[in-house]
Amino acid sequence: MTPLLEVREVTKSFGGGLLDRRHTVALRHFSLGLAEGRASVTAVVGESGSGKTTLARLLLGLLTPTEGQVAYRGRDLTAMSRAEWRTFRREVQAVFQDPYEVYNPFYRVDHVLTVPVAKFRLATSRAGARTLIEDALRAVGLRPDETLGRFPHQLSGGQRQRVMVARALLLRPRVILADEPVSMVDASLRATILGALRQMTLDLQIPVIYITHDLATAYQIAENIVVLYRGTVVEAGDVELVVKDPRHPYTRLLVGSIPLPGVERTWTADSAPSPASSRPAAGAPGCLFEDRCPSVMPACRAAAPPLFRSDPRRVVSCFLYRDAPVVPAREMSTAFVEAVAPAGRAAAAPAIPPAPATP
Amino acid sequence: MSADVLRVEGLSVWYHTPGGAVRAADGITFGLRPGERLGIAGESGSGKSTMALALLRLIKPPGRIEAGSVWLDGRDLMTLSGEEMRRLRLARIALVPQGSMNSLNPVLRIRDQIADALRDHGVEATERQLGDRLRDLLPRVGLDPEVAGMFPHQLSGGMKQRACIAIAVSLSPRVIVADEPTSALDVVVQRQVMDTLARAQTELGAAVILVGHDMGLMAQFVDRLGVMYAGRLVEISPVRDVFTAPRHPYTRMLIASLPSLARKGVFQGIPGLPPPLRDLPAGCAFHPRCPLAVDRCRSEIPVLREPRPGVWAACHLA
Repeated sequence: MTPLLEVREVTKSFGGGLLDRRHTVALRHFSLGLAEGRASVTAVVGESGSGKTTLARLLLGLLTPTEGQVAYRGRDLTAMSRAEWRTFRREVQAVFQDPYEVYNPFYRVDHVLTVPVAKFRLATSRAGARTLIEDALRAVGLRPDETLGRFPHQLSGGQRQRVMVARALLLRPRVILADEPVSMVDASLRATILGALRQMTLDLQIPVIYITHDLATAYQIAENIVVLYRGTVVEAGDVELVVKDPRHPYTRLLVGSIPLPGVERTWTADSAPSPASSRPAAGAPGCLFEDRCPSVMPACRAAAPPLFRSDPRRVVSCFLYRDAPVVPAREMSTAFVEAVAPAGRAAAAPAIPPAPATP
Repeated sequence: MSADVLRVEGLSVWYHTPGGAVRAADGITFGLRPGERLGIAGESGSGKSTMALALLRLIKPPGRIEAGSVWLDGRDLMTLSGEEMRRLRLARIALVPQGSMNSLNPVLRIRDQIADALRDHGVEATERQLGDRLRDLLPRVGLDPEVAGMFPHQLSGGMKQRACIAIAVSLSPRVIVADEPTSALDVVVQRQVMDTLARAQTELGAAVILVGHDMGLMAQFVDRLGVMYAGRLVEISPVRDVFTAPRHPYTRMLIASLPSLARKGVFQGIPGLPPPLRDLPAGCAFHPRCPLAVDRCRSEIPVLREPRPGVWAACHLA
């Protein structure tokens, strides 16, 4: 079956010609497939410069791959007709990082909700539109009478971000792409927004891609995780395996550096991390983490490691696991956990409780 | 508490806006022990940054320090002249500002920025003495002495942050106030910067007040933690007590809202929103969101009390 949204061996580089050493490879040989009609959250985690945002923009068709393709329902995004593009824009919805920038301060917040309803002809009457909007707001824990008619500055960051989730919900999308949706929101509201997002995947039975730098929230809402380092996948698979028992030396460093809100495990127990690299990304043949890696071997400098299937539900791009079978980049998602079952099992699944209504 | 290096008593800061006075910080009282790392945590709008800036008397209009005193070296900073206060800043109490990577001057080399700060505080140094001083200072924050000759744009975010820490510790202050010093940095770099701050602080024997919203960072770094809500300090206790046995319902709910790696699906947001600071509810500011609120909470503002030695909470039920 053709995946709904598919990234096929995409490489994206910026600046300079291919032979110019100054060009930056933001993402290399990246592949990912999302099946239609299955509720699952796939987290893509990385630090600044890891290629997360480039991936988000490629998935939304806002950037064109240098190599490879991004396809929706089997159609290359760059080859779509106007009608296909319109469908794509409706069915693939994004929630962005900044809940301040996406609003026009001169319009009431209703604007971001009424425009898509009109543009995609979701309702036949004003009353119908109003009902749709109110239902969407309630689904994310907002009270329509306290939200509609207000200007963006009259809502908090958390409320504004929930309106954006409601907007995505309104369009009955087939895929949601959330790029750092809670990084600018206070801790006490993060859980509520992520809960709303999670509930939406279950209700609509759709896949969500959650792009973040925050491993802890990724662990909380995702089934599968992809860890990026300087544009390459270092480790991917079942979030329980990758976060609880990381295999790649970089994932270990990342997990070990999370400032956990508890007093049981402290940083000082681990050795101090090595400084960040200034090594140029282009040209060098070896593993990109080689210069910071505590387990570096001669093989790491000679060639970039492929993905090894270290466990049935995980792949690792590291020669420490070279005895395991090699997985072609395109088949990375074969290590993923299957989708969450609909309705019935959802309650038993470790989901975040539904968003409470805001007084 | 006479051993405190810094003592804050009843500090209140209001912002005077056309819509009325915004009580950003109200009656803040705490002591800072020598060499201690004290965290002040709170969400946006809780008044934590206002409180931090008020300690150095850096509040600008329409903000005004309405009441309170800040005792350092036996003197109340609030009674000093502007010039006396200016001389004390950096020398005795230094600030690592929020977004300090953007607080460096983009057209000056790092050495000139540090030299400026030193000269402004009466350190007369020849070029050579300055060079010696930088060769001593920069490695203390984990930077190569060559960084002195660089411009800010040549440095990474983490390096700029360390350069700011270098400026803050250049005159061996007694107190370092760090306001969200790592808010824009990746976790690995954040850890390096916090390690740097810890090392520099230990060498100087200075006390640090770390202001921020990241409870994880607080758990990893501080000895004692204060929690602010709607401009007031609602709890201040040893960090272990705050995380294992929080006294204030807000602290309890805040900690429960944090994602953990221990168990999946256990974090839950706090219902409702913080109150507008211009129009605080009567009684405890948290009562509209508090599941335990009783009648008394709606009428009487709780003061900080000490239910156990060293553990302070402003809650009628604590």
